[in-house]
Amino acid sequence: MAMNHRIATILTKHGADLLDKWMQRQLANVATRRDLISDVDLKDESRQFLELFREAVADGGGDDVDGPSWRPLRDLLASISTARARKGFTPSETATFVFSLKEPLFARLRTELAADPSILAEDTIKASVLLDKLGLYTTEVYQKGREEVIARQQQEMLELSTPVVQLWDGILALPVIGTLDSARTQVVMENLLQRIVDTGAQIAVIDITGVPTVDTLVAQHLLKTVAAARLMGADCIISGIRPQIAQTIVHLGVELTDVVTKATLADAFAVALKRTGMGVVRTPAKA
Amino acid sequence: MDSIPILKMGEFLLVSIQVDMHDRLAMTLQDDLTERIVKTHARGVLIDISSLEIVDSFIGRMLANIAAMSRILDAQTVVVGMRPAVAITLVELGMPLDGVRTALNVERGMELLHAALADGAATTGEDPGAPAD
Repeated sequence: MAMNHRIATILTKHGADLLDKWMQRQLANVATRRDLISDVDLKDESRQFLELFREAVADGGGDDVDGPSWRPLRDLLASISTARARKGFTPSETATFVFSLKEPLFARLRTELAADPSILAEDTIKASVLLDKLGLYTTEVYQKGREEVIARQQQEMLELSTPVVQLWDGILALPVIGTLDSARTQVVMENLLQRIVDTGAQIAVIDITGVPTVDTLVAQHLLKTVAAARLMGADCIISGIRPQIAQTIVHLGVELTDVVTKATLADAFAVALKRTGMGVVRTPAKA
Repeated sequence: MDSIPILKMGEFLLVSIQVDMHDRLAMTLQDDLTERIVKTHARGVLIDISSLEIVDSFIGRMLANIAAMSRILDAQTVVVGMRPAVAITLVELGMPLDGVRTALNVERGMELLHAALADGAATTGEDPGAPAD
């Protein structure tokens, strides 16, 4: 407790001075990053940090930075790290924000507690442990922020890679590019079924020209999609089966007998037109 | 006790499921429907499940059973208006309802019933002397 009070007192008494020195250090460190953050913002963040740090220490938060008295400071750090992750700071640059406070703080402790070396050593270690934990916390949040970005991009890629296009009135095509795993099948299925509802399509052509390999799992996913579309009242045709894939399917013993399969999208389209009672006729070309 | 109304329209029966199906209700529907098919000599049954948001394996099996029972009583069954989420659920439950005809909406379902009936009349035929093909 006593050490907390000493640090809190120092932070209160010499707050402005600490902030100045800390800012100098940070500006030296982020010299190359001046384009990403303005001095004013940096100073603002630093002041808030010092303020909340002092409050947390004075509140008797101890060195358990997961405790309730540290919550406001954790929230501040979380928002700072997330913002920096988005702006393109590296993890070490983000963590340096906290770590760079050590030097000015220790220097201040040294001048204040010069009289008693053992207390000085004790307080320095305590303060060091605290700042280490807070620094690690920023890295953790930074990591989380990056993971969120990655997850969002994955989601966007999933949506981008499964377009459902309307070929004709009542005929949809679903060109699948890349491997079909469970998560993707789910998205593909949802997109396809929703489009069937929206357009009232009777026939959907699933084109697997862009699927590199078809194993039992992929085949199972394809069959699931076909079954779901059938439940919505739409028939499916699978097209774009390359010779190699046809061989693989037979060797694996996958049963595709209940589904109409065609070699190319054009063949499938012809079948679809025929089934819906439509046709394409050749007319004399205009000069 | 509540039950699901069964409407007669020409030679078809219309069933529109507007409430959440619980198991007892499903059993009642099975009883009522088979009875009505026999009583009205219906040739087709159209079940609209566009309001049905939640299905489980029991309801899935019930739909398949109704279709099978109607077939035995010489009536075609079409299930219409299934929601995408319901379709995915049934497939994931491993119940693709292979023996059941499906259509996107009531209009398509009716077309399908008419076509099936015309087909049935053409293949089984009124003329017992016609050669089977």
